[in-house]
Amino acid sequence: MALRIWASSTANALKLSTATRPHFSPLSRCFSSVLDGFKYANSHEWVKHERSLATIGITDHAQDHLGEVVFVDLPETGGSVTKATGFGAVESVKATSDINSPISGEIVEVNSKLSETPGLINSSPYEDGWMIKVKPSNPSELESLMGAKEYTKFCEEEDAAH
Amino acid sequence: MSPPFTSSSEPPCRSSITSIFKPSWHSSTTHASKDEVGWGGFNQIYLVFRYPPRSVKLHTLLHIKKPLKMARRQVGHAGLPLMNIVRMKGVPILQQLEIEECLLRTSSDNWCIINDGADKPSIVMGVSGKPAGLVEIRPVLEDKIPVIRRFTGGGTVIVDHGTIFVSFICNKNDVADVQPYPRPIMSWSGLLYSQVFQGIADFRLRENDYVIGLRKFGGNAQSITKNRWIHHTSFLWDYETRNMSYLKIPERAPDYRLGRDHLDFICPMKDYLSRSDFISKTIDATRSHFSVKSTEFETVRLPSNPKFTPTSRLLTNQELEPAGKTSI
Repeated sequence: MALRIWASSTANALKLSTATRPHFSPLSRCFSSVLDGFKYANSHEWVKHERSLATIGITDHAQDHLGEVVFVDLPETGGSVTKATGFGAVESVKATSDINSPISGEIVEVNSKLSETPGLINSSPYEDGWMIKVKPSNPSELESLMGAKEYTKFCEEEDAAH
Repeated sequence: MSPPFTSSSEPPCRSSITSIFKPSWHSSTTHASKDEVGWGGFNQIYLVFRYPPRSVKLHTLLHIKKPLKMARRQVGHAGLPLMNIVRMKGVPILQQLEIEECLLRTSSDNWCIINDGADKPSIVMGVSGKPAGLVEIRPVLEDKIPVIRRFTGGGTVIVDHGTIFVSFICNKNDVADVQPYPRPIMSWSGLLYSQVFQGIADFRLRENDYVIGLRKFGGNAQSITKNRWIHHTSFLWDYETRNMSYLKIPERAPDYRLGRDHLDFICPMKDYLSRSDFISKTIDATRSHFSVKSTEFETVRLPSNPKFTPTSRLLTNQELEPAGKTSI
């Protein structure tokens, strides 16, 4: 995990964002990471669904493109999120960027560490940088999200188009 | 119900408004609330401005007329996407910010808002700004300088009649060669303004500031949604040097600032070109990217969306005073 975080930081510092292989390979890694077992939205958020809870954050690709995150605005516990609509925002490089929820549901936990250490989103986008945990109201919404391979291809095509 | 824009320090803007609008009196909304008429609940949107206390305390509702634009890509001449240029003069910065956020979140058109001068000095912080570290609280409170937190990121500026505001609100697909992330959008803006200052000044985008040489003359900020973004700038065409004393040197500053205080760090644009030349050159530069259409402010149709509430707001004295006490 330490190597992964180092590589992510290095990629961020080098502003490298070409994605990527589904399995992390520390020796050859110089691009955004995409993890197997997660689902991904085309707005670059990830979902990890375990039992009755879904954890949501933004991808390594997203944090790399956003730059250093200096502020995170998250909702309160007990609120709700709706698929494909905004639930919060991050600030980086003089910009606020909306964060959209990949699924609908009730917010049961919010990552309070992000208020003091917003940079966790850059250094650990899939682990310590998680944003909210949700009880999905419609688990079938997960099926419409991309898997690791599909998201990798999506990022490559998006970057190639610009 | 309380009227909108309820801050007692909200500046009177009668002269600028009456020169632009044709006010009409709507009898059923004497005490209209912001939720009721500001940004949704009706098929047509009303902008409400409060007259100065010396006049009759009425609220004039400006009925904005124009059929709602269809939610499809507007294309102008030569197949370029359409950009609506809206020129204003002396509109208070808080109202400008509210209009911009509404257009960003509820319109599907491209807009370029140009506001030639704010009506009075105001401090404008970014979304995460903390007054204690950015503003000299005591003189701000004593001199009743409004402090506004805007919906975009970035730092703190003090704006006044010498400031020229230019804001681009775009569909990401209409600027398709620009990825909707902060740095590409910032670079795009730098290229646009390079055209404005070509042959006039040593303009460049430096660590996300607009500079002439090593001096900053424009502060910019952005907000990015799923399919749209805004890039807006406050240009220091001129400024009151005494107003800069309301601002602290921020903890987070670009490297090229080199610890300089405000007056050594900034420069006025007036040394290089006139207000009217700057505005016309900016519109000309916009034509490189868009098919431009000038739209009178009174004909702007703000889309109705009951879910939208602007987030830029005036900080209260209560919010500033604790910051002032802790900074002693």
